[in-house]
Amino acid sequence: MFDLHTFLYGVFPYIATIVFLLGSWIRFDHEQYTWKSDSSQLLSRQNMRLMSNLFHVGILGIFFGHIAGMVMPHGLWVGLGISDLAHQWIAILAGLAFGGAVVAGGAMLWHRRMFNPRVRAASRWMDINILGWLVITACFGLLTVPFSIGHASHGDVTTMLVLGEWIRSILILQPEPELIRNVGTVYKVHVFFGMSVFLFFPFTRLVHVWSAPIPYLFRAYQVVRTKRSL
Amino acid sequence: MKVRAQFAFVFNLDKCIGCHTCSVTCKNVWTNRKGVEYAWFNNVESKPGIGYPKNWADQKQWKGGWELKGGKLELKSGDRKSKLLNIFANPDMPEIDDYYEPFTYNYAHLQNAPLLEATPTARPQSQITGETMEKIHWGPNWEDDLAGEYSKRSKDVDMDGIQKEMYSQFENTFHMYLPRICNHCLNPACVAACPSGSIYKREEDGIVLVDQDKCRGWRMCISSCPYKKVFYNWESGKAEKCIGCYPRVESGMPTVCSESCVGRIRYNGIMLYDADKIETLASTQNEQDLYEAQCNIFLDPNDPKVIEAARAEGINEDWIIAAQKSPIYKMAIDWKIAFPMHPEFRTLPMVWYVPPLSPVQSQIDQGNLPVGPDGAIPLAGTMRTPIQYLANLLTAGKTAPVESALNRLIAMRSYQRSVHVEGIADTRALDAAGITEDQAKEMYRYLAIANYEDRFVIPTGHEEVRLEDFYAFQGQNGFTFGNDSSAGISKTSLFPERRKETVEVCVIQPLSKLK
Repeated sequence: MFDLHTFLYGVFPYIATIVFLLGSWIRFDHEQYTWKSDSSQLLSRQNMRLMSNLFHVGILGIFFGHIAGMVMPHGLWVGLGISDLAHQWIAILAGLAFGGAVVAGGAMLWHRRMFNPRVRAASRWMDINILGWLVITACFGLLTVPFSIGHASHGDVTTMLVLGEWIRSILILQPEPELIRNVGTVYKVHVFFGMSVFLFFPFTRLVHVWSAPIPYLFRAYQVVRTKRSL
Repeated sequence: MKVRAQFAFVFNLDKCIGCHTCSVTCKNVWTNRKGVEYAWFNNVESKPGIGYPKNWADQKQWKGGWELKGGKLELKSGDRKSKLLNIFANPDMPEIDDYYEPFTYNYAHLQNAPLLEATPTARPQSQITGETMEKIHWGPNWEDDLAGEYSKRSKDVDMDGIQKEMYSQFENTFHMYLPRICNHCLNPACVAACPSGSIYKREEDGIVLVDQDKCRGWRMCISSCPYKKVFYNWESGKAEKCIGCYPRVESGMPTVCSESCVGRIRYNGIMLYDADKIETLASTQNEQDLYEAQCNIFLDPNDPKVIEAARAEGINEDWIIAAQKSPIYKMAIDWKIAFPMHPEFRTLPMVWYVPPLSPVQSQIDQGNLPVGPDGAIPLAGTMRTPIQYLANLLTAGKTAPVESALNRLIAMRSYQRSVHVEGIADTRALDAAGITEDQAKEMYRYLAIANYEDRFVIPTGHEEVRLEDFYAFQGQNGFTFGNDSSAGISKTSLFPERRKETVEVCVIQPLSKLK
């Protein structure tokens, strides 16, 4: 049966991924001048160290946490001797900490973006939207925590396992939306919002994530370029 | 020895009248755009004063430039790791109010206002928010001609070690102008601090540029430049800085600030230097030796060995000739009357300054100042601006080189006075200052007459050598789509026909890696 659920969790992930990858590529290729972090620290630096660090550290923690817990093969963790229940408790605690940081930092940043006149004046429609969207996504993520605690305290890990299995089914191009048909609505909403972030990604400042300057750690300080072709 | 050519400047502060023509022409040409209304690639400060942006020279506050950490050269703001750890919020980043909130005036109101009892006024409007500003609190030249309270102005770090109280009195007050642009340093801290590697030094002429395509707005360059001459465009989200007017320079023209200078204080020329020495000399232990260290990096353009090595590096013949005729070399090396600003930042800046003389005519007339053997021109140490102040600005506090330079400037005047007033060449002052008659005549020609051809010795960029189809390039003056280090042609692209982005032609491995 093909219904809204099948579309959202069987087709939409691929739409989001294709837009995410192809959109990023086209933008990088064609409009690299727009490829930037779009910092507004110059216009207002008050509390930026607190807000921006909370938000960024939180979101990085969440990103890698999701990868570790839900994308990496389930067998890996079992092999490492981490029981499913322990896995779920780690996920709950890490999600609470990093998700809390994202919501706290993100909400403050959003408030700044809306109500600091200078930052607001320099904000584009999409800057305000994407920040709001990320905070809402994180809020739904936090909302799943009480449910997960409820499951975990009864030793029930099925929701976590089927979500992970579903993600992996998407990634290996054999989508099985039926896996998560019966998980709680709050999980589904969170997943939908999360996937949408990828859909919006190439059209926002989020593209700066691709350019995380790790190579800087290994680069010599001085850069000299020549116009001569050597 | 690795010979490189550097497009360099000397500003003769002795003749700067603070008219801001340089600032205005530069503003009109390069930063008259949204997002950089507050940015002045060229600005002129009244000194003593805290300058633009506020207190820029105080690296205890801004952590710009380099320092020696355990004998090794390191960015003052921290190493690569700390840059990445602070990337979400740069703790040393200035805020717009450290520069000033850019404003315009509501001129339209003067014409559109309804009938009023009072004359309508044009109130200031923020160029960021568009809102009316109740009061303007700061501007790009707020301390113009010693405006403002002395207590605030004297926070100038160059006043360190100077009896501030004494110079607060009207009778003792002193004043000079300091025009500032990007120093196009030999050891630029902005380049080193850029996480995305978008800032680079051009091998051909040493001009430091920001690759606008590659800049990601991590804003580490803004804080790492000790001169605060890299600016953040809040509209485009990219770093922008003085581009040394490279499209003009490549065509053999002086920078627009130099060309328009009514006082004719600006000199543009080529210096040859040994790029292998950069790191060693910038790591000189004692700050006060950095000025001399930088003098040692320059190569004598008349030395046959240097010429041979320059040719081997592919430096064009007329660049070598330009280096031989360089006004910069004459002032910095031959005559030793020009100095780098704040060498203690260890960036090896390439805009050098001739310190200003500051006699008070009425004091001379009344015979209140001790004079030299000519009986007319006062001694260097008796000038109004304390030598220590100039030394703090130019030689990390070492007074001897600055005093010697002032004495040479005075001796040149004394000699010329004897020739033109007395009718006999009196060389006593020259002998005391250690310069020859020929040098004094040449100094006079370069400093007092300042002919266009003497001030600007600029070889062209020789695009015809580099480009296959240089006729197609004609009229573009060095501009390409994207950054200038490429002809704008790229091999791989999703849409090859209309690609806007450009690729790097070649990135040279930096020195420290080669070693």
